[in-house]
Amino acid sequence: MRLTLRVWRQKNDRSPGAMKEYPVDGVSPDMSFLEMLDTLNERLTLEGEEPIAFDHDCREGICGACSLVINGDAHGPERTTACQLHMRSFRDGDTVDVEPWRAAAFPVVRDLVVDRSAFDRIIQAGGYVSVPTGAAPEAHATPVPKAAADAAFEHAECIGCGACVAACPNGSAMLFTSAKVNHLNVLPQGAPERETRVLDMVAQMDAEGFGGCTLTGECATACPKGIPLTSITSMNKEWLRANRKVSRD
Amino acid sequence: MDHYTDYATGAPLADTKAPEGPIAERWDTRRFAAKLVNPANRRKHTVIVVGTGLAGGSAGATLAEQGYHVQQFCYQDSPRRAHSIAAQGGINAAKNYRNDGDSIHRLFYDTVKGGDFRSRESNVHRLAQISVEIIDQCVAQGVPFAREYGGLLDTRSFGGVQVSRTFYARGQTGQQLLLGAYQALSRQIAAGNVEMHPRTEMLDLVVVGGRARGIVARDLITGEITTHLADAVVLASGGYGNVFYLSTNAMNSNATAVWRAHRRGAWFANPCFTQIHPTCIPRTGDHQSKLTLMSESLRNDGRIWVPRTKGDTRAPGDIPEAERDYYLERIYPSFGNLVPRDIASRAAKNVCDEGRGVGPGGQGVYLDFADAIARMGRKAVEQKYGNLFEMYQRITAEDPYEVPMRIYPAVHYTMGGLWVDYDLQTTIPGLFAIGEANFSDHGANRLGASALMQGLADGYFVLPATINDYLARNPGHDTVDAAHPAVAGAVAETKERLHRLISVDGDRTADSFHREIGELMWEYCGMARTEEGLRKALDRIPQIREEFWRRIKVPGTEAEFNQSLERANRVVDYLELAELMCLDALHRAESCGGHFREESQTPDGEAARRDEEFSYAAAWEFTGTGDAPVLHKEDLVFEYVHPTQRSYA
Repeated sequence: MRLTLRVWRQKNDRSPGAMKEYPVDGVSPDMSFLEMLDTLNERLTLEGEEPIAFDHDCREGICGACSLVINGDAHGPERTTACQLHMRSFRDGDTVDVEPWRAAAFPVVRDLVVDRSAFDRIIQAGGYVSVPTGAAPEAHATPVPKAAADAAFEHAECIGCGACVAACPNGSAMLFTSAKVNHLNVLPQGAPERETRVLDMVAQMDAEGFGGCTLTGECATACPKGIPLTSITSMNKEWLRANRKVSRD
Repeated sequence: MDHYTDYATGAPLADTKAPEGPIAERWDTRRFAAKLVNPANRRKHTVIVVGTGLAGGSAGATLAEQGYHVQQFCYQDSPRRAHSIAAQGGINAAKNYRNDGDSIHRLFYDTVKGGDFRSRESNVHRLAQISVEIIDQCVAQGVPFAREYGGLLDTRSFGGVQVSRTFYARGQTGQQLLLGAYQALSRQIAAGNVEMHPRTEMLDLVVVGGRARGIVARDLITGEITTHLADAVVLASGGYGNVFYLSTNAMNSNATAVWRAHRRGAWFANPCFTQIHPTCIPRTGDHQSKLTLMSESLRNDGRIWVPRTKGDTRAPGDIPEAERDYYLERIYPSFGNLVPRDIASRAAKNVCDEGRGVGPGGQGVYLDFADAIARMGRKAVEQKYGNLFEMYQRITAEDPYEVPMRIYPAVHYTMGGLWVDYDLQTTIPGLFAIGEANFSDHGANRLGASALMQGLADGYFVLPATINDYLARNPGHDTVDAAHPAVAGAVAETKERLHRLISVDGDRTADSFHREIGELMWEYCGMARTEEGLRKALDRIPQIREEFWRRIKVPGTEAEFNQSLERANRVVDYLELAELMCLDALHRAESCGGHFREESQTPDGEAARRDEEFSYAAAWEFTGTGDAPVLHKEDLVFEYVHPTQRSYA
């Protein structure tokens, strides 16, 4: 296959960026999208041009490092991460645009690499259960109904890639935040910190400069792990409940 | 080459920290003997932790909870992305919730046997003891393990054992355990007890007065070389499987931290012990950048087979039952498809070498779920393996519900690593190694679902207990600052190396060298090794190294975000580590676990150990690039599990 790539090139967070065009030949349909970029980078290196910087690591769709907007879609046309997207999803002769996540809270570091440390700070605000090592009771002391365990898992699957933010017209991080709130809040282990968790994490999310949620649903459509849109409505309920409870106390 | 293989054997090595006495009491004995640091004094101590996987993340969180000041590093943009996240199958623990005859002693026994009697009994027993506490800790953190309808934890069985002791979270157990550790770490970051340095890669170790006192690191965004000083350094930087270029490791997993520590005096043990995982998706072409594992839990219900006759090119569905060879079930009737990884991998290689492999290039075997679907129904199979099937389909564009999966072995884990004593301290005082970075618990072959167990045992429970002893015994360290000659020297060497990489300005990329060394290692130091092949590799490696420093091309500069430079610098270390792996494989003229020397096999082709000569851990001391290292042997003593020829028939 032969493609024309148009890639966002930006030297660092202080320089302006622009789309640059690269013809790519000899693309195999079995290549992953990132392997296609690898071959382009090998060529650029030998031609004396700086290769395209992009974040990637596990290439199995689980580490969450990938962060490419492909033809306007976060992670591209399939519902998966860019590392699990294969070139068989494209046609010979296609022109493909590759850009970084675009969001005020995710500044560009270089080319397709962005700074997602805001996500870490949202987790630091309360996305945990306060249980120091050694303080745990016997695992079977608290049975967890299977339905609750399954619901927790469904939300815990979030890989923190940020596709939800990149897809959202408002640049909102509601889906990311709600996934962690719901994971922990449906479990008995998460109950003691249920209210502070949701209030603190939402406050941190707002402080990071993410946009507000207008429930367009783009986030859940882009999410490679299928975190459901109801995650957001559940978190809204948790937040209202926590506010009422805190103001009563 | 003659020079390199002409190694000397130095003084034997003894683990001076492992206590005497009954094995079940040793860990308690050691913990009681270990000195404590007064809680008020702990915040005066700084500990560096490199890596944020299961071992590093759990260690950083726990040390911070104890009151130490932790400086933590990872090359990823977030500590949540360490490669432990990709572990699929599960975590072992001797809870015996199934009442199926499991016990701490059985987990201990299985692990020593599974490791083909090349691990240390004291360490393995401690691991089995701690396994039960790990599950408690993770459940309390909110790790969403699979549960039964009664609300209790579900378990499954895993390769190489006959009890059901593997706890799991669908096919994403590593992810869930890692997020648990990451969240515990995040809590300590928020509390100010851990200073987190993401996108910062350790490039050298600082040793002052014979003690590990810090690291030299590179800020991957600005390119700035920074020094970080502390009272102790913990390496939790993972394994070195990426020396093979193609492996199931993450693309950026690398050996630089452990190799640089080795060059500074930490001895490297059993480097040739690498694990080739039997169930990975076969490669499709030269563009392949990494290999993807399919959890070996699939072997619980999938049946492995190849056609009976050579060169049978019919579609799998057209090959009748009588013309299929379910070779694992045939050769190993009592364990069948659940034999340990090394045995399953070698068997796959053998049938492919016979010309009975399937798929492009004949480098694959079938993993067939037709019987499982007929027995349990498609829904139940979906429930158990749905995400793995989806992943397979995404990569291969084949539907495993309809067509059998094709799998082939791939490099997955390295049992070797920095030599550590019972306290997990390396041969450099003050330098500790935990998780896959050390060599201690898995011997010559790791059992499935034991890596997560070991990483968390080391990080949550072992290191936080033993590092106290070191810090308590060395309370009044002299202050070291960046002007100290040892620090300035390490910084200067690092800068010089990076600068040299850029100034060569040759005509080959780092990836091309990485591929070349990887193919060489896979060919001669992979699933089967011979003296002749290893000597060939040992001849070739110095030539590749020489060519590397003549022809490497790294675009850009040191003082910026430069992924090409990151890669090239890692390849520098692979080109040295590969040589040591080959030498270790050459010197160990026996087969054991994942190390199969063709010259040492039983009449029916199984690995033949030679206990009289090789019942030791080989710890190598660095003497210079390309110079013969010095071998130090730690004799392995088996008091509780008597070494026998492993039999899974």
